[in-house]
Amino acid sequence: MSATTTAGPSGGAGLPGAPDLRRRTRPAEAVIKVVLRTSALLSIAITVGIVLALIGPVIDFFGEVTFGEFFSTEGRFAVIPLVTATFMVTVIALLVAVPLGLGAAMYLSEYASRRARKFLKPTVELLAGVPSVVYGFFALTFVTPNLLQDILNLDVGFTNALAAGLVLGVMIIPTIASLAEDAMSAVPQAMRQGSFAMGANRMQTTLRVVFPAALSGIAAAIVLGLSRAVGETMIVALAAGAVKNMSLDPRDGMQTMTGFIAQTAGGENPVGSTAYNTLFAVGLLLFVLTLIINVISIALVRRFRQAY
Amino acid sequence: MSIATTTARRTVERTEVATGKSKERSPGSIAFLVALWFSLFFGVMVLIVLIVDTAINGAPRFDTELITNYASRVSPETTGFRAGILGTIFLMGFTALFAVPLGIAAAVYLEEFADNEKWYNRVIEVNLQNLAAVPAIVYGLLAVATMALMGFSETGTVLGGSLALALLILPVVIITTREALRSVPREIRDGSLALGATTWQTTWRNTLPAAIPGIATGTILGLSRAIGEAAPLVVVGLAGSLRFDPEGLMSQITALPMQIYSLTSQSQEDFRVAASAAIIVLLVLVLGLNALAIIIRNKFQRSW
Repeated sequence: MSATTTAGPSGGAGLPGAPDLRRRTRPAEAVIKVVLRTSALLSIAITVGIVLALIGPVIDFFGEVTFGEFFSTEGRFAVIPLVTATFMVTVIALLVAVPLGLGAAMYLSEYASRRARKFLKPTVELLAGVPSVVYGFFALTFVTPNLLQDILNLDVGFTNALAAGLVLGVMIIPTIASLAEDAMSAVPQAMRQGSFAMGANRMQTTLRVVFPAALSGIAAAIVLGLSRAVGETMIVALAAGAVKNMSLDPRDGMQTMTGFIAQTAGGENPVGSTAYNTLFAVGLLLFVLTLIINVISIALVRRFRQAY
Repeated sequence: MSIATTTARRTVERTEVATGKSKERSPGSIAFLVALWFSLFFGVMVLIVLIVDTAINGAPRFDTELITNYASRVSPETTGFRAGILGTIFLMGFTALFAVPLGIAAAVYLEEFADNEKWYNRVIEVNLQNLAAVPAIVYGLLAVATMALMGFSETGTVLGGSLALALLILPVVIITTREALRSVPREIRDGSLALGATTWQTTWRNTLPAAIPGIATGTILGLSRAIGEAAPLVVVGLAGSLRFDPEGLMSQITALPMQIYSLTSQSQEDFRVAASAAIIVLLVLVLGLNALAIIIRNKFQRSW
């Protein structure tokens, strides 16, 4: 009887007939494990690869162009107008996506029944599935000429930051809605019950109890939306414009960082030339910017997970 | 236990509804609810306008020539997207070939083998979350550099394009596969381990098969994102239009989103019409894949 209780992988010392399964060598499994671990480590390799891939050409680039020329407001290699344009389009997008995304998240989390949520959430997420080139084409051929020029009578150019920002905003609604909904759903039921017990109605509970309690998760959702907006390419490449412009008027056309990369890569510049290497300099700046934004977002998510 | 919890939760929900009812009808509350409804359906309204507008614009070109003809500058009224559609299918196939096995392997390691207390595994974790949010266009730059490093001088090939897209969706595949594996209950693994199976045997024969619907859903969603993406392809140097079919890994290709992108710079009305019709084709492909993913999720996913 004692043999059966002690038999097995962990026991068996000195007992005859008790197989020690740990001792059995399985070379194939060791190989499999190494393969699996290598695949996982590849994600680190990709990050390192991105940095290395960008840094090489960037060093070449700064051999020919000074820092002053790069971080200046005008000139062939000036990056500041690209940054302000990116900022402009992103702000417009967030003005659209934050209220609408949070509204959708509040409805899904606090008002919708479980069955309704199962149907409504994929519907909202469908918006994220539409290819960005389609949104860009829509901004260029519908939003600018039909909505902005004809219906709203705005004096906008053929390409302008407003149309690009608005459509980009629609595209990131699901990103914000989905994460914010997760954050609000994670608020414990007891807090809502407490609020209802004090006589608050559903709106008061949502705005004054659930919303503040989920704030760090909601902030993470907005920051992730911001990162998406900064990195999105095709909408701005098509609808925001292809000329560097420091203007802060959203009705003007302006080129963003991603728009510049798409433009330059699609152009005729020979590989290795200074003009071509500008691509990598702007790309590195874009990568660093989004990296900072993402790290903030990840840290915020951590915080809201630990809260309850 | 779960039945008891569900019943308890239901009772709680019902009392909630009853509690605040008298106050739910104040004008402020109703305005708030209307605002929430508006924000929920705003996006859907935009999507409907987009699809209807594009379909009306593209209607004259819903013919077979749209998918059987090559692009043509001389006769814009019969220009087609044959090379782009075939290119997109090629890209999708090779992207899946590169990204899916790698992604699943990485996810299996992180979920089933890795010790999450170890610092390097936590680094991988944070790194993955970060990679999932790196702009798509940066993956294009990475693919260009990788191709140059491997000594391929031609740009715009199937290999370059699918490499960029595979890198792009790899984090998505890993993250969704991990979620699928995590939703397989502990007891399934314990049962197998108790019968003397090793960790790998358990993973291969029990955990992975149980997680297949979730993995399939995530992979299909990743692929649908990949085929709609044009930004990395622009950087990799894919052509805007070609007049031959893709043949293998090293052949030059174009893709449907690339063709649409290049058509927007054409001023002739016929090209605009063709682009609208092509957008409908692309939407059917992408939203079809999305629908397939949702069907798989609803039909096969077990709730344990």
